[in-house]
Amino acid sequence: MMRLAATTVALLAAPATAQEALLPYEIVGDTIPKSLTGAPGDAERGRAVVVKRESTCLLCHSGPFPEQRFQGDLSPSLKGAGARWSEGELRLRLVDAARLNPATIMPSYYRIDGLTRVAQNYRGKPVLTAEQIEDVVAYLMTLKD
Amino acid sequence: MTPATRFAVAIAALPLVAGAVLPSPAAEIPLNERRSAYEDMSRDNKAMQDDDTSNPGILGVLDGEMLWSTPAGASGKSCADCHGDAKSSMKGVAARHPAFDPVSGRPLDLEQRINLSRQQDQKAPPFAAESKELLALTAYVAMQSRGEPVAPPDDPRLAPFIEIGRALFNARQGQLNLSCAQCHDDNWGKSLAGNVVPQAHPTGYPIYRLEWQSLGSLQRRLRNCMIGMRAEPYAYGALEYVDMELYLMWRARGMKMETPGVRP
Ligand code: HEC
Ligand code: HEC
Ligand code: HEC
Repeated sequence: MMRLAATTVALLAAPATAQEALLPYEIVGDTIPKSLTGAPGDAERGRAVVVKRESTCLLCHSGPFPEQRFQGDLSPSLKGAGARWSEGELRLRLVDAARLNPATIMPSYYRIDGLTRVAQNYRGKPVLTAEQIEDVVAYLMTLKD
Repeated sequence: MTPATRFAVAIAALPLVAGAVLPSPAAEIPLNERRSAYEDMSRDNKAMQDDDTSNPGILGVLDGEMLWSTPAGASGKSCADCHGDAKSSMKGVAARHPAFDPVSGRPLDLEQRINLSRQQDQKAPPFAAESKELLALTAYVAMQSRGEPVAPPDDPRLAPFIEIGRALFNARQGQLNLSCAQCHDDNWGKSLAGNVVPQAHPTGYPIYRLEWQSLGSLQRRLRNCMIGMRAEPYAYGALEYVDMELYLMWRARGMKMETPGVRP
């Protein structure tokens, strides 16, 4: 409850204490309709982000990545994500999946508030940058079947 | 709020978090569905743990056996001089730690209890956390409980600390905003990038971890998971670790001790 309230506040006024202020964005229903950066992402770069270990996606997800030996099964396969969801829905899911399902295990990839005991080297930083979010959204939109 | 005050508030709110604030508190694993991570290991790793001639943890145990009968400190006594044969005097001791220490008014884990006796009775300086000596003695003492059921003391003074441990286990933390329970209660048995998520029972500690190429304590394991969550790990010996260890032992009550466990 407290955390959701804090998130809403952060959206209205960008957090002043953040080391790297996040770009502002607007949530409409279950979506963030507009690109965080104002520019479209690059699908090829997005695929590279998804398979990169530090991005953590493949800890939980599997998908069309034959070259990746280690994939997870804590969550649905990313196959077909671009057919199931709109661009705006995917963007909100990546930015802050907890908005959609407060109990989810999926981390919020573009959020720095409402977190506890973040390790020193990650403090004040989102897991992914706005550019990376846009690249991943562009990539997921190519996963039509 | 500054990050520091927000953290203080978060800690103050912890006991609430588990029960009231979390939208769906993780369900605890039913007692009859509990299983050691041993069950998920490869045949080779199981065989390695089962056979004392191939279990690399036994080397540490043998070092511990040596230390047990080596005089030290101002008392000039060895552990054995006071405690006799560990096979009988230390049987079941690991299975009931952490235990309440009336002097500090807190639970002490087995490493801390050994160090306390070393300082107070043997009159020798304590071993450093995670030192070869402390791990060896702890493994030697804990092996005397092998096959015994985990038996947390039925001591009402421990109850508040079990609750703190439980709250810590259920609290989200770190950049990835995960709780221990989300993996170990809700998703055990699934594959986390190829690693089976275990239920996190502390029955084999200290363990020989192949990845570490050495013995390591339960605190070292908890530290590893916190780093994975991108949370700031506590310093060795922190109260929070001991409370989590206590909760984990309570959660594993009745399961069989298997020290020295082998883990990938
Ligand atoms: C800790 C586990 C975890 C990690 C890490 C994770 N996710 Fe998820 N993800 C989930 C779960 C669980 C769901 C199912 C819905 C829910 O519970 O929110 C999900 C759902 C999704 C969905 C919708 C799937 C569908 O079609 O129904 C997409 C797309 C997605 N995740 C993408 C990603 C990407 C991209 C990353 C990395 C940047 C990522 N996830 C990292 C756990 C995770
Ligand atoms: C001078 C005698 C003496 C020496 C030497 C000594 N201890 Fe102790 N130890 C004691 C006494 C006395 C107690 C308290 C017994 C009790 O409370 O029942 C104790 C308690 C313990 C306990 C808790 C036992 C329990 O049942 O909970 C452990 C574990 C222990 N000692 C380990 C060691 C180890 C390991 C060494 C060697 C490094 C050692 N001790 C050296 C006298 C000694
Ligand atoms: C993202 C999922 C995840 C989270 C969150 C997590 N762990 Fe783990 N944990 C694992 C995995 C996977 C292993 C198995 C070892 C490995 O492959 O690294 C493990 C191993 C363990 C073990 C060792 C069990 C054994 O038999 O040796 C314990 C104990 C443990 N975790 C406790 C915790 C605690 C306490 C927390 C919270 C501070 C926590 N874990 C958070 C995934 C997780």
